[in-house]
Amino acid sequence: MAKREIQEINAGSMADIAFLLLIFFLVTTTMDTDTGLIRRLPPPPDPDRIDEFDVKKRNVFEVLVNANNQILAKGDYIQVTELRAKVKDFIKSDPNNPTLPEFKEEEIEGLGLFPVSKQIISLQNDNGTSYDMYIKVQNELVGAYNELRNEFAQQKFGKTYQELQQQAGASEKAERQLDAVKKVYPQRISEAEPKKIGGAE
Amino acid sequence: MSKFRKNGKKSQPAVNTAALPDIVFMLLFFFMVTTTMRETTLKVENKIPFATEIEKLERKSLVSYIYIGKPTKEFQTVFGTAPRIQLNDAFKTKEDIFQFVEMERDERDELERNLITWSLKVDQKTEMGIVTEVKQELRKANALKINYSTKKTDKIKN
Repeated sequence: MAKREIQEINAGSMADIAFLLLIFFLVTTTMDTDTGLIRRLPPPPDPDRIDEFDVKKRNVFEVLVNANNQILAKGDYIQVTELRAKVKDFIKSDPNNPTLPEFKEEEIEGLGLFPVSKQIISLQNDNGTSYDMYIKVQNELVGAYNELRNEFAQQKFGKTYQELQQQAGASEKAERQLDAVKKVYPQRISEAEPKKIGGAE
Repeated sequence: MSKFRKNGKKSQPAVNTAALPDIVFMLLFFFMVTTTMRETTLKVENKIPFATEIEKLERKSLVSYIYIGKPTKEFQTVFGTAPRIQLNDAFKTKEDIFQFVEMERDERDELERNLITWSLKVDQKTEMGIVTEVKQELRKANALKINYSTKKTDKIKN
């Protein structure tokens, strides 16, 4: 009998099969990672305890946003693009200016006793405020803190705030520096319960 | 010159496609590794706003999504045009959030339950009323780590 050759398997349609799978995965999956402004909500209020906070007026920066998306920052009607500079000035404060927040000496690791301003940002919005405007205001407030932290980190440690954040996982020194920067400019944004004031309803 | 015209009559050989499946498989594996499965079909309009100071959410398995917005065209006849909350694949009311939080927690490991980030994907045009209600419900359920989902932009406008 003649020696029969083993026939080769036809692999011509392999590409088609692979393409089919590829297209299936392209359609059913998503690539985008979620990005956004990460915030922490205050814990639920305890009905048995009523906290009375006595905060001096000079330490509070009040931001009101009404239903027409207009902003009132510490009594002035301003545009959202002007907010960041205003908040920065307030947070930074000035020991010689009695209208800006007071300072309190605090023990910070690596820096010793350091004057930290007692600033609080109070944000209040209306039920009719658009989400878009709310995010813009939040963004500007966070941006003001980030810029100040950045300036401070560069001046004290020679690194930007972002660099410190990136290195914090790997190096203990960076982590300590990051903590110090955060303590010098602590993010204090308080959100009041919204009111149904003014505008559309 | 005859050297070059030896097989003048022979037609051109076909391009060798033996490596094509390999290339396609490579692409396939790339997509399988870098992407994640789509879990929900959006039933609300969801154009999220822009911001500059954004952070990346690190672990996707620890993120739960809450969608808020106007129902899309096909659902408007039934659900109207007022902003609605979508949890997983269905329209829900704010009273359902507490239960949703509990369910999402049950799905995770015990150690990771407190690390869940609640990502609010809210349409730009939504008014704050419903967002605030959702936030209050999350507070009640002790789900405090939230994320306002936004896209990156270089500069915000008035």
